[in-house]
Amino acid sequence: MTNTTPLRTVKARRTFLENVIRTLKSAPTSAWFGMIVILIYLIAAVFAPLIAPYGEAEVLGKAYLPSSAEHFLGTDQLGRDIFSRLIYGARNTIGIALLTTLISFFVGGTLGILAALKRGWLDQGVSRVVDAFLAIPVLIFALMMLAVVGKGIGNLILILALLDSTRVFRLARAVALNSAVMDYVEAARLRGEGTGWIVFREIVPNILPPLITEFGLRFCFVFLTIAALSFLGVGIQPPTADWGSMVAENKSLINFPVRTFPYIPAPFYPAGAIALLTVAVNFVVDWFLHKTSGLRDGS
Amino acid sequence: MHPVLKVVLQRLALGFLTLFAVSIIIFSTLSFLPGGYAQNILGQGATPETVAAFNHELGLDRPAPVRYIEWITNAVQGDFGNSYSGTTGNIKRSVSSVIGPRLYNTFFLAAMAAIIAVPVALLLGVLAALYRNSWFDRAVNSLTLTTIATPDFLIAYLLVFFLAVKLRWFSPLSTVSETTPFFEHIYKAILPAATMTLVIVAHMMRMTRASIINLLASPYIEMAQLKGMSKAQVILKHALPNAWAPIATVIAFNMAYLVVGVVITEVVFVYPGIGQLMVDSVSSRDMPIVQACALIFAATYILLNLLADVVAIATNPRLLHPK
Amino acid sequence: MAVENKRVKGDVLLTITGLKIEGKSEDTWNPIIKGVDLTLKRGEVLGLIGESGAGKSTLGLAGMGFARPGCRFTAGSIVFDGIDLLAASDEEKRALWGSRIAYVAQSASASFNPAHRLMDQVVETATERGIMQRETAEADAIDLFKRLQLPSPDTIGLRFPHQVSGGQLQRAMTAMAMSCRPDMIIFDEPTTALDVTTQVEVLAAMRRIVEEFNTAAIYITHDLAVVAQMAHRIMVLRYGNLVEEADTRKMLKSPTQDYTKSLWAVRALQKPESPSDDIVLDVSHVTASYSNSAKVLDDVTVKIPRGRTVAIVGESGSGKSTLARAITGLLPPSSGTISFNGKPLSAKLADRDKDTLRRIQMIYQSADTALNPRQRVRDIIGRPVEFYLGLKGADRDRRVVELLEAIELNESYIDRLPSEMSGGQKQRISIARALAANPEVIICDEVTSALDQIVQEEILKLLMKLQKDTNVTYLFITHDIATVRAISDEIVVMHKGKVVQQGLKSKVLNPPFPAYTELLLSSVPQMDPDWLTTLLESRKAKA
Repeated sequence: MTNTTPLRTVKARRTFLENVIRTLKSAPTSAWFGMIVILIYLIAAVFAPLIAPYGEAEVLGKAYLPSSAEHFLGTDQLGRDIFSRLIYGARNTIGIALLTTLISFFVGGTLGILAALKRGWLDQGVSRVVDAFLAIPVLIFALMMLAVVGKGIGNLILILALLDSTRVFRLARAVALNSAVMDYVEAARLRGEGTGWIVFREIVPNILPPLITEFGLRFCFVFLTIAALSFLGVGIQPPTADWGSMVAENKSLINFPVRTFPYIPAPFYPAGAIALLTVAVNFVVDWFLHKTSGLRDGS
Repeated sequence: MHPVLKVVLQRLALGFLTLFAVSIIIFSTLSFLPGGYAQNILGQGATPETVAAFNHELGLDRPAPVRYIEWITNAVQGDFGNSYSGTTGNIKRSVSSVIGPRLYNTFFLAAMAAIIAVPVALLLGVLAALYRNSWFDRAVNSLTLTTIATPDFLIAYLLVFFLAVKLRWFSPLSTVSETTPFFEHIYKAILPAATMTLVIVAHMMRMTRASIINLLASPYIEMAQLKGMSKAQVILKHALPNAWAPIATVIAFNMAYLVVGVVITEVVFVYPGIGQLMVDSVSSRDMPIVQACALIFAATYILLNLLADVVAIATNPRLLHPK
Repeated sequence: MAVENKRVKGDVLLTITGLKIEGKSEDTWNPIIKGVDLTLKRGEVLGLIGESGAGKSTLGLAGMGFARPGCRFTAGSIVFDGIDLLAASDEEKRALWGSRIAYVAQSASASFNPAHRLMDQVVETATERGIMQRETAEADAIDLFKRLQLPSPDTIGLRFPHQVSGGQLQRAMTAMAMSCRPDMIIFDEPTTALDVTTQVEVLAAMRRIVEEFNTAAIYITHDLAVVAQMAHRIMVLRYGNLVEEADTRKMLKSPTQDYTKSLWAVRALQKPESPSDDIVLDVSHVTASYSNSAKVLDDVTVKIPRGRTVAIVGESGSGKSTLARAITGLLPPSSGTISFNGKPLSAKLADRDKDTLRRIQMIYQSADTALNPRQRVRDIIGRPVEFYLGLKGADRDRRVVELLEAIELNESYIDRLPSEMSGGQKQRISIARALAANPEVIICDEVTSALDQIVQEEILKLLMKLQKDTNVTYLFITHDIATVRAISDEIVVMHKGKVVQQGLKSKVLNPPFPAYTELLLSSVPQMDPDWLTTLLESRKAKA
């Protein structure tokens, strides 16, 4: 390019809010759908006690009532309101998955970036341990650990965060390595900058987009794994409302269809709620991925 | 030594090293148990004497390295010790006798799913890559994205609901035993296998598509076009010989979903395989069985990846024809 | 022979009229070729020259009726020997490709299929089309290998691409293009990736074979001296438009357009050398290697005088960039010492104090990787100002503006991101960042090689001006002899990790030469259209 090449026009500086609004306006339908679904879920999770018509574990009457004016989605095997439990479930299931992903990113991300920057024994050591962990599927390892330390929400979060952090480590290390070999990082080292500056000023701003994308995908993975573990009966324990266990509690409706209980959809509500959220997050991630990989920054 | 052989041997050594590391991880999880295993089983009220006696009976009072070597030497010979659930009574159940028939069932199911899923996924993936951005590509893309985002058990229950409950083509439960005839076994395994197939096809197809697109972007593919080769010649002669390594990697990678899928699917269909056994044993905290199952799952996964790498090495022209 | 008979020089073979091509980026179609006419006669070699973004490769491929994915033809016509390529079906075009129109790509190592032997790829079109039997085709390929002076022509076809060197691969690709005796070959920057000494052989081989078979060719390059050796006629392209077209000799002697004239300019830049004995940086018997591998620097001794420009010249693998890494402390030498202002420098970067670091700065080849894409100019230049000189807030900004003015930009650039500037402007920012430290030595690692000709000249002029103003010393690492000739006081020639020669420009560039220096200097293409012919004759005479 020459000095006379027509330049990408330098736009007037916008405020952060203006940028956000402008970006949102350009979002495709699928991303909008995803964002709206996520927003609704978040509202349900935060304001669960205000929205839910009944309590989380409140037994209200007969089991397996079909949907009616009092019970929007009917009642479950113990006679609890399914709609209320779905709303509380949003709070429990999403909250736990989010917390787990945050811990996993904090641990895995920090170690990954440090390993990429420092190389040497730290990188070698952590990488070898992580390789061994990566050789065991998460669900299998989680099942084994849960057998050892026992069921419980705290254990569940710690175990999944530990296992997931190995996956985060690998990605963070890879993207940080891409950035760490850039001349601008070398220039900072030659200038005499410390590790803190290099990590937070030079590397992190450049690897944020892939890490945010990965956060969405890892959240989906953790969320589905928690749902699977709860479904298997070793995750979140009753009477806590949780979508995975809600499917498990009502699964006999499908496996053993009895004429007297024609109310089959009960397990499909929580299962559908899980699927809808992961689809929504995937749509948003897809859009973000397209935006950050296809376009340069600042636009 | 021929470089291919050398690299293959190096990779095999690395694979067995990984397997060794994984077995140590699996074995040592037991020692993370707060208060020890006996305390947990016998309850807080157990006297130190009973705990000691219990530990001695199970051999838990010996040093860990000794127990590990004993465990792993027996394990490679197929002996995983005795199930804890039998120890309080008089009859001891050996882990292998519990796992044996279930292992066959699980491999039966996994093989069925893989046999359908791998060709279908590869075909769809290659077609989607060749007809990139066509309506076919878009349709397959959104379909697989939705499938990936759907929990395995929902897919399973949807299949049960429509094919078993509504249409009554199949039974919602896949109960088989050692006496079940082969073809009846296949029939009973169709729904669980279909569930797993759907999940793997989605993942595998997307990865196949991505790696084929990556391959087709190579300059030598453009060169083949500009040499006047037909589309078929470009694909078969120029792309395919370079595609084995990425395809093998994609297949092996997706077998992880098979391993995870098998656990959930078996529970949904009450199919007597080691996935369901593992879940039951986790609830009853029968550690020898849990460890044995984990080791089997992990070993399968590691060996599949090892195989894929060996394929990649053996088809690499740079290694096949060294300078 | 019947094949030869159809080649009557003078008939028009390819006619392109009013061609427009668009390319897709970020979901919008932008023009790449904006209405270009081109004619090519049988047996004629047409040079397409232009800088990056001129659309020369796109135009070259259009000569085959091919548009890369993401490009489309929007207007005009392409007629090859009476066949309208834009109206032709894929079938019809495929029948021409490989047999009547052939293509030679820039990177031979990427364009040969790694899974097949060279011979299978060279004869593929001929045998697949049934133009020749396999045996005949192979015998003919071996003949072509001989004509292209490939080593062991009888057996080289049995090799796989990764077993053959870059220069040999490029000749094998020419053999592949020639296999069906096409009417026309498109050469797309075929020697750009090669070192100069290799380039000479490849250029000679390609030119000879095209002459022998009277093949028409379109030769695409950004290098005027190269195109001068290859083409009968030259077309200069810029931003998808034709700037000027003339016969090679006429174009070289008297270009009419300002843009074309400016392409010559960098060769005109001349700085007189000025000797000095005040050594600022003294590299003494330095040997270095990357973990356990062979020595990349082998007993290197170089003296760098203050306030002067010392050019380190060499081809890839000569160790010239490694020397920079050893001086900066990124790669501690295994033996030898480096003294700075008479005091030994610590080998490791971590052991050097801030003030030493400040005094030696570095500018990189590619500003795209050297400037953090997430930082604005204010921070890129401001950081060293703050870090080394302790200026903060308004003082810092004031200094940044001063530096911007020193590099002939202005205050309005202070809030820009690298992506909002052109290549030349970004390289200026890199220079300002180095300058911000008030350094004594600046190591310039191929700082102009990623830039277009005109921008190169501007950057070099700026560097010279800054040296005059601040008496800064440049260690100028480059493979480009023309640049060296223009700006250096002293020259160090490196080859395979060793110093071949160090001395004043006038001494190194004039005979008597050590053997390698002579090879290197004589291999650099000159603007003279007879340069290659003369060189080959003189080398033949010596051998």
